[in-house]
Amino acid sequence: MDLNILWFCLIAILFTGFFFLEGFDYGVGMLTSIVGKNDTERRIVLNTIGPFWDGNEVWLLTAGGAIFAAFPNWYATLFSGFYLALFLVLLTLIIRCVGIEFRSKVDSLKWRNTWDLLISIASFLSAFLWGVAVSNLMKGVPIDAEMNFVGNFFTLLTPFTIVGGLVFVVLFLFHGALFLRLKASGEDLQKRIANIAVKSGVILVVAVLLWVALALMTTDIFSKIPSLVLVVLAAVALLASVYLQMKNKLGISFAASAITIVLVTMAVFIGMFPRVLISTLNPNWSLTIYNASSSPYTLKIMTIIAITLVPIVLLYQSWNYWVYRKRVTAEDVEY
Amino acid sequence: MLDQLLLARWQFAITTVYHFLFVPLTLGLSILIALMHTQYYRTNNEHYKKMTKFWGKLFLINFAMGVATGIVQEFQFGMNWSEYSRFVGDIFGAPLAIEALAAFFIESTFLGVWIFGWDKLPKKIHLASIWLVAFASNLSAFWILTANSFMQNPQGYILANGRAEMTDFGALLLNPYLWHQFPHVVTAGVKTAAFFIMGISAYHLAKKQDSLFFRTSFKWGAVVGVIASLLVAGIGHMQGQFLIDVQPMKMAAAEAHWETADPADFIALAGIDQENGQNSWEIAVPNMLSFLSYNSFSGEVRGIHDLQAEYTAQYGEGNYIPQVAPLFWSFRLMVGSGGLMILLALFGLYLAWKEKSVKPKWYLKVMLFAIALPYLANTAGWLITEMGRQPWIVYGLQKTADGVSTVMPAGYILLTLIGFTAIYGILAVVDVYLLSKFAKKSPDETAEITRNEEGSVWI
Repeated sequence: MDLNILWFCLIAILFTGFFFLEGFDYGVGMLTSIVGKNDTERRIVLNTIGPFWDGNEVWLLTAGGAIFAAFPNWYATLFSGFYLALFLVLLTLIIRCVGIEFRSKVDSLKWRNTWDLLISIASFLSAFLWGVAVSNLMKGVPIDAEMNFVGNFFTLLTPFTIVGGLVFVVLFLFHGALFLRLKASGEDLQKRIANIAVKSGVILVVAVLLWVALALMTTDIFSKIPSLVLVVLAAVALLASVYLQMKNKLGISFAASAITIVLVTMAVFIGMFPRVLISTLNPNWSLTIYNASSSPYTLKIMTIIAITLVPIVLLYQSWNYWVYRKRVTAEDVEY
Repeated sequence: MLDQLLLARWQFAITTVYHFLFVPLTLGLSILIALMHTQYYRTNNEHYKKMTKFWGKLFLINFAMGVATGIVQEFQFGMNWSEYSRFVGDIFGAPLAIEALAAFFIESTFLGVWIFGWDKLPKKIHLASIWLVAFASNLSAFWILTANSFMQNPQGYILANGRAEMTDFGALLLNPYLWHQFPHVVTAGVKTAAFFIMGISAYHLAKKQDSLFFRTSFKWGAVVGVIASLLVAGIGHMQGQFLIDVQPMKMAAAEAHWETADPADFIALAGIDQENGQNSWEIAVPNMLSFLSYNSFSGEVRGIHDLQAEYTAQYGEGNYIPQVAPLFWSFRLMVGSGGLMILLALFGLYLAWKEKSVKPKWYLKVMLFAIALPYLANTAGWLITEMGRQPWIVYGLQKTADGVSTVMPAGYILLTLIGFTAIYGILAVVDVYLLSKFAKKSPDETAEITRNEEGSVWI
């Protein structure tokens, strides 16, 4: 396996990790204002991701850094091309970050409710934008022979990509609800969460079917057999997750929704391979893991560093989840 | 007509200067809090626990702002500077990716562990987690400065395939530019934290609030402040001498030194006339610039005009003179506030050493406002570093004008420039409000709130 392929896989893994981990963070963020009826409940909800969300976000930063280091042309074309979309992503990330840190710093309901609402909206918009972005990676965008994006912001919004955005929103909402089923305590709160989990699960199944159907019509991503197999397996995992959730098998249901996210992300990346940015103008103008990559020397250095560090990161992040594995209770957030 | 280049430069300047308002305090305060926590661990004295928590709270507010504005930095190169990203990505991307992988993961994970870890973790592990945060924050600075040093003084590369490609990763890490800049930045961070602690302690001491707590804090700040402010100045001086060698134009502009001279006079103050390439008036100290440059009262220091001629011969026609006035005044602002900080810290140390329980009122008042000094110096320092590099984005290899993204209309950059400025402005208000709110609280109140929030922590 050459290093270009290795780095493509590594970036795919980083995005998979990001969507799996930040996925429930986004869901929890959206649910804060929806299921938390008072300040204590909202604090319980937010505190379930308290020790984790910042570390989870680093998966994105690392993915961004890895794209820059391993495939500079991909980084340059993607970031300048998806300009306003990424600007909006940045705004939502900033608001979420300071919102989570600042909301409890002032003892005023107005202050806290405002931040909670902002956290929820930012989480929603973030999830939506990632869905749009991924769908555009699948569909391809207008890229000319000089690797330059020649569309504008509205080029990125098509029925398929908007459905993709909504799929990500509902998927993360569902995933986040399942996380809260495991981590938050409070009988009433749990009832509300369970209710949302059921509803979002059902909507999700429909939305995913629509999205996959549109993808089959407008992209070639799922026309590769391994990719199609993975997406079918993802659908099975999703159905299992919805069903198990209703049966109150919470742990395994959350695992199944995590597997759904992992499989979908893998299916998309495998479908793209070896392209990293598909040109809708001319297939030959697509960016690939070869024409977008760094020099062999840089890839070699980065490979040594990544292979050394990634296992260590996984080790201490898992340890972090293990240390704070207990449910967050009202006693944790009150006197 | 506003063009892409100008807008992209303004955006970079605003977002970067803003981001770097939060970074130095994170770098320095993380170390100081780790030391306080260590004292608590060693002595089991509640006093130090209170200190750790009080300053820790302020640290976290600041940290959140640093994280939120840091993500923008990583995205911005691709968004606004895509041609630059293509040109140096092979080299520049690596330290950014390593920063995330090696430093930022540790920093963010273990900060979470530390915040939520009081009474939940074994004490040793809890202490180790804050040290990991301090270590990783400063390691993060190392990688970012590795990337920046390449832009200032390219090392370990060849030009191939229409771009700069890495040939020697070791040379990137051993770049002498990096080894002047990194210690300068880290010690400036520690100094920022020391003045932050001294200033807030002074505020409470002036109000005679919990004077034991703030006397101890002040003492810590004074000791660290003296050491750090002397180190910053010493390293900065060495860095200046180094720059005369590798970036002579930057230093000539920062000194408004137009004509080559041996020995060269040091111009303390001057009216800069960029258009005519001279100073309209100046107050000079004879032979001093040669002394500052070479530790000897003789020695040729090349001036802006000769350097312009040299660069024209080397790189072709063009204007290689950066904006002299902002560089000249930033340099004076940085060095001036640096000197003032040394004096203030020394006087503070004298007071603390004398165990004077009552410190002069005027001094306490001055120290509150002196919190601004390191911020001014830090910002001025970066303005010199980055504006002094112009017209190059990568020194000698690529001009700033050739690095900017061209695929999106200028209107998009204007829109995001307004967007970032607006949200950064609002957040500045919120941040200052929260910092002053918690800085004004008594440590007992903070301990109380913290206990109530534990587990939920600070969320």
